[in-house]
Amino acid sequence: MNRTTPPPIKDAVEFDLKLKPYEQYTLDNGIPVYVVKSDEQETLQLELVFPAGTWYESESLEAAATNFLLKNGTSKRTALEINESIDYHGAYLNRNAYHETAVYTLHCLTKHAEVLLPVLQDVILDPVFPEEELNLYKQNHKQKLAVNLQKCDFVANRFIDKYLFGEFHPYGRVSSMMAYDALQTETLKAFYQKHYTYNNCRIFVAGHMPANMIELLNKSFGATKWNGETHLTRLDLPIQPAEEKKFRIFNDENGVQGAIRLARQFPNRYHPDFPKMLVLNTILGGYFGSRLMSNIREEKGYTYGIHSQLYNFRQSSAINIQTEAGRDVCEAAIEEVYKELKKLQDEVVPAEELDLVRNYMIGSILGDLDGAFQLIQRWKNLILNDLDENYFYNNIQTIKTISAEELQHLAKQYFSPGDFYELVVI
Amino acid sequence: MIHYNKFTLANGLKVVVHEDHTTPMAVLNVLYDVGARDENPEQTGFAHLFEHLMFGGSINIPEYDEPLQMAGGENNAYTTSDLTNYYIQLPADNIETAFWLESDRMLSLAFGEKSLDVQRKVVSEEFKEHYINKPYGDVWHKMRELAYSAHPYRWMTIGKELSHIENAKLDDVKAFFFKFYRPNNAILSVAGNITVDQVKTLAEKWFGDIPAGDKYTRQLPVEPPQTAAHKLEVKANVPLDALYKCYHMYPRGDKRYYIADLLSDVLGGGSSSRLHQVLVKEKKLFSNIDCYHFGTLDAGLLTIEGKLVKGVKMKDAEKAIQIEIEKLQNEIISERELQKVKNRVESMLAFEDMSLLNRANNLAFYELLGDAALMNKEFQNYAVVTTADLHEEAKVLFDEKNSNTIYYYAEN
Repeated sequence: MNRTTPPPIKDAVEFDLKLKPYEQYTLDNGIPVYVVKSDEQETLQLELVFPAGTWYESESLEAAATNFLLKNGTSKRTALEINESIDYHGAYLNRNAYHETAVYTLHCLTKHAEVLLPVLQDVILDPVFPEEELNLYKQNHKQKLAVNLQKCDFVANRFIDKYLFGEFHPYGRVSSMMAYDALQTETLKAFYQKHYTYNNCRIFVAGHMPANMIELLNKSFGATKWNGETHLTRLDLPIQPAEEKKFRIFNDENGVQGAIRLARQFPNRYHPDFPKMLVLNTILGGYFGSRLMSNIREEKGYTYGIHSQLYNFRQSSAINIQTEAGRDVCEAAIEEVYKELKKLQDEVVPAEELDLVRNYMIGSILGDLDGAFQLIQRWKNLILNDLDENYFYNNIQTIKTISAEELQHLAKQYFSPGDFYELVVI
Repeated sequence: MIHYNKFTLANGLKVVVHEDHTTPMAVLNVLYDVGARDENPEQTGFAHLFEHLMFGGSINIPEYDEPLQMAGGENNAYTTSDLTNYYIQLPADNIETAFWLESDRMLSLAFGEKSLDVQRKVVSEEFKEHYINKPYGDVWHKMRELAYSAHPYRWMTIGKELSHIENAKLDDVKAFFFKFYRPNNAILSVAGNITVDQVKTLAEKWFGDIPAGDKYTRQLPVEPPQTAAHKLEVKANVPLDALYKCYHMYPRGDKRYYIADLLSDVLGGGSSSRLHQVLVKEKKLFSNIDCYHFGTLDAGLLTIEGKLVKGVKMKDAEKAIQIEIEKLQNEIISERELQKVKNRVESMLAFEDMSLLNRANNLAFYELLGDAALMNKEFQNYAVVTTADLHEEAKVLFDEKNSNTIYYYAEN
């Protein structure tokens, strides 16, 4: 047997990726419900999404605090009673506030959905924001922030977003002790009333649904025009990037590593260059075999890992290269990053590498589409950004067909060192 | 219920197959029965460093990652105190690529000086990133030394000290490989859109001719029962005081392991758990508190850890934890509370089984425990636990003499 020759493979371009469609229902009050069913397991995921992220704040932390405290007491149930019902049924109720949206996600065994939905209904429709819960939230989150502020990577993430978008833009605004102190029950209630309303709610369901799921959802969320109708306008906000480009910050004099960030703004997902950049970004630093990993980890051993990412923010994206490297090799690592950027500008990507990246990306998407929970994520991203399956298929087409010349052109346009913010936090 | 078939090759390699024809993907998982506990105390961190070297090219294949990525695959690996696990996920059509890659590195590595040199540095940076350059990052290093006097769990998987990694020699690497990375010390599991017959053919073709090694018989120093409480005070540049308490528990498979696991959930599982409810929300002594263990194969540590609210005295915080422990020792918990923690286990197992990767990982893991069939019986181990079991065990486990406490103080 010849072990030096790889077994034949089926090439990525031959995989026919299909985005399995969702089913759509409408509750009696008009709330849309998007469903991807799968009856193979006894598990269910239910997500309620509201336009209640940082975008809509007038004060820093309003969105996060409101989202967090929704489940800490209603007029009928204390926080403990809510937690008890969730825990007793082995369920998980997670909440998150992002830049655009805020969500509540329930994971449970299908058999418990019926008893848990009224609890979730209570949390979403009838929170009371107890003063004592807010005080605890402030105290404990300030402590958590104090710990995080000692970590160079946490600090670096805050600064780089500030440079990119400005501290007054929701993408660049950061938490602070003062912002926690300033939170007030009344403003949270007002934020809740305005953003967590029936006409702003969208529901995403995946997995094994009870046969009467829509009926149950109607009972909990479809029967009334809860919190009334509000109309939120979403206008782009002014971005005020930093004028300086290079920053070195000493956060911990005894630090043995530096957190490096190299970042530049990039158009959002609606721009034709966005899908192309997904490919170029993968080549640069988006997978284990990337240029940055091969050079800075596998060749030089400067770091445990180095990655570049493309932000998925709605108004404006950014390319962000990030790593933690030994304190004495930070400057050398930055130099190597610039060399890799320049190489992508000066030389076309070899055909073999491009084929590999195409195959890797398609294989990875094939894995990402595996299972109802994953599929609903994909659909949710499209739906919330007012896109449809054509966007997905266009991206696939770009991965399969983009040429080395196009990639080089893209690198020339976006990878000039002078355009990057450069930050080291030790 | 996870369906599977299993068989063993002539060289001793155990193979577990799980067919799932609802997915276009496949996972190939190789578990080696070697972890940080098998290391020489003077060369700690070796099992993990070795895991890195497994990606530095094998005897016939200079680059491991490239052909896999070309086949649309992804891979990773992890090392624990007990085992080292490698896994590949790729389109099922290309499963043979995974067999080819994994079998070649089981046959033999390339053993390049350059690869060792680079990975020593990479692991050193990993060490710094996670254990030196993070507030409280050194606590597990200290806790393990405090709690264990003999058993190799007294050092961390990453290694006791950086110098052990920096001093690793190529000859040691080779010896380690031929001692532990043999087919008779490994379990292969394959899951996804494949068939048992296909796996039999491919396993025989690619792994069948790899020679078996000498049988490794594990003889680890036994940790003597702890007879007096251990305490350690630490002062460091951190913003908050923190308290860590660890109690020796039981090896995996011991029926008391499951009782202890449920006890940890009563104390620290979910927002309604006792420690969170009483100490964070009612008494406001801690800003966060958790109770957990690492699920190790030999007797591990049941851990309570929390950060104190600014201004709270360490001894008041400790006393409040003690009160919760004494409640478990003095009062039988309600049937409903027991049912709650059992329901949480049932649910956790169901969600774990959703991912193909987890199923493949777990089949290999349970086969290591003795039989892949144990995976389907796991919930039963919890279902039989009674409130009386929890009550009795709380008295033994949370005996002060069995405790190890670190008082981690903020300087200034």
